[in-house]
Amino acid sequence: MLNNTRIRQLAGVALCLTAVALPAHAGKTLDTIKSRGELVCGVNVALAGFSAADSEGKWSGLDVDYCKALAAAILSDANKVKYVPLNAQQRFTALQSGEIDILSRNTTWTLTRDASLGANFVGTIYYDGQGFMVKKELKIASAKELNGATVCTQSGTTTEKNLTDYARANKLDIKPLVFEKNEAATGAYHSGRCEAYTTDASGLAAERTIAKNPDEHLILPEIISKEPLGPLVRRGDDEFFAISKWVLNALIEGEEYGLTQANLDEKKTSDDPNIQRILGTAEDMGTLLGLDKEWAYRALKATGNYGEIFERNVGKNSPLKLERGLNKLWNQGGILYAPPIR
Amino acid sequence: MTFWRNQKIRGWLYQFAALLLVALCVAVLADNTLENMRTRGIQSGFGFLSQPAGFDISESLFGFESTQPYWQAFLTGLGNTLKVALIGIILTTILGVLLGVGRFSQNILIRGLCLTYVEIFRNIPLLLQLLMWYLVCVEWLPTAREAEPFLGIYLTKAGLALPWFGDVPVKAGFGIKGGVTLSPEFFALLLGLTIYTASYIAEIVRSGIASVPRGQLEAALSLGLSRAQTMRLIQLPQALRVIIPPLTNQYLNLTKNSSLAVAVGYPELVSIANTSINQTGRAVECIAVIMAVYLTLSLLTSVLMNAYNRRAAIKER
Repeated sequence: MLNNTRIRQLAGVALCLTAVALPAHAGKTLDTIKSRGELVCGVNVALAGFSAADSEGKWSGLDVDYCKALAAAILSDANKVKYVPLNAQQRFTALQSGEIDILSRNTTWTLTRDASLGANFVGTIYYDGQGFMVKKELKIASAKELNGATVCTQSGTTTEKNLTDYARANKLDIKPLVFEKNEAATGAYHSGRCEAYTTDASGLAAERTIAKNPDEHLILPEIISKEPLGPLVRRGDDEFFAISKWVLNALIEGEEYGLTQANLDEKKTSDDPNIQRILGTAEDMGTLLGLDKEWAYRALKATGNYGEIFERNVGKNSPLKLERGLNKLWNQGGILYAPPIR
Repeated sequence: MTFWRNQKIRGWLYQFAALLLVALCVAVLADNTLENMRTRGIQSGFGFLSQPAGFDISESLFGFESTQPYWQAFLTGLGNTLKVALIGIILTTILGVLLGVGRFSQNILIRGLCLTYVEIFRNIPLLLQLLMWYLVCVEWLPTAREAEPFLGIYLTKAGLALPWFGDVPVKAGFGIKGGVTLSPEFFALLLGLTIYTASYIAEIVRSGIASVPRGQLEAALSLGLSRAQTMRLIQLPQALRVIIPPLTNQYLNLTKNSSLAVAVGYPELVSIANTSINQTGRAVECIAVIMAVYLTLSLLTSVLMNAYNRRAAIKER
């Protein structure tokens, strides 16, 4: 007589692993997506700039746009995506059990996750790092001054361990207060139960924009970890893995070669062999992936190139106003580097 | 008579066959799960339990360092679960019995108040109540920096700090150092569980007392016992045998409901398991641990309460 939603939920997760794991292989992911006519994409429940639904239930964000580009490349329609909002603990199980095709949910690429979850990281869509937000009234300028502080965070993420590592390395006595839901963690921070709130710097910026009075909060300069965020696919389907990887690469290459949503059609007549290969006007690269000639054209047409996606969702054209920083192209001072489409 | 015609032996054989069937099903399910996890490259096994946990726990009975292994983290979580469950069971029993007895009061105000209490707290979901108490704790109390002590006691957003054998709490940095501290997370959870479960226990106690024949009450009163004496010496002892079995259920519920603590940030067993699942990816294993622990706790509670029930039952001679 389990009278308890929490345990029931967890047990449900375990049962799903058992039950859904029954058929040995459900066929290739690509075929499944095509016959279903829809890409099922696991996203964050609500993280401004990355994935959030508006009042009409329309999803937008950096992670969401990647799903759109992928759907455009595979199904020729960026709207044929079913978004499955997942919390931090559900995400990997949802992917493992086949409930979703791809997990695009600001997930940090780590060895443990790459090696033990039965999933493969497609690449990095956003180079992030963990930081702290505090109230200005505390008059703190550095994370090193957090000795004795209580710090709120969400469970099911990499932040708890980073926080402990940072505290140990800097000999700080920091008490983590861990909540299951992000709203509960930020709520406790705003109420003053915690001196600081910690998550990825992009998440802090998102949180500050929706705070009652953004000017009362300060994001401390220390970035205490490397958080390369990227999408994941299930192991055992190299074809779909390759498609996911190259759609991401195409978005980045698109920016490198100046292909924007607006100029895409005129660029079709370009003489540049690189552009010709991306847009499928010369060699057919898509067939090698199991797609067709215009796969990258459709992806870029649907969402614009990486730079456009970034600026629209988290950059200067968004409320978050995040700097490109590390997420600039490699030839512009960042570390964004896509292998060549050729 | 051949042995399979023997009713007793046949009975045993059927039981054995049924047991075998269940065991077989479990074995097939387990094997299939493991096999599928292996083919999908999901690692499994309990080896991770001896690895260092690497995360801190905000409160623990005996102290916890991030360098200690996972199994000790689980123990710490279990300790926190037991702490809130045991104290909760004691408090909720006292409150529940008082409320239940209050329903038989001669005073209409007390009767009405007890009824209102039961109807309000029984009908609001526990999770909402927990969140409400937590909000009350962290929104209304002053921060540790602003707080002034009262007889050496601090009641702040950081919790209730009490002096303990000459160790007086003092303000230090962001928080309060020294003494014993009860965190607002623990406090909210304890309050929520106690108040919610007490409304059920009140009903159980009320129905138990109502089940005692009215003649007992009348006989006791005619012997010159007071109302209070009648309740304490005549009605309650006879009601116990009706009360104890459903009471056991409520104790079990309270223990299991303590897992809702993740919502208010209290680091009990499920919260620790959540963190461990995420860090190690061993979802099946961690859930197996949770299930085993709750099952053990529940069985243990049942055994104890059944023993008590045998003592309280009417001795038929």
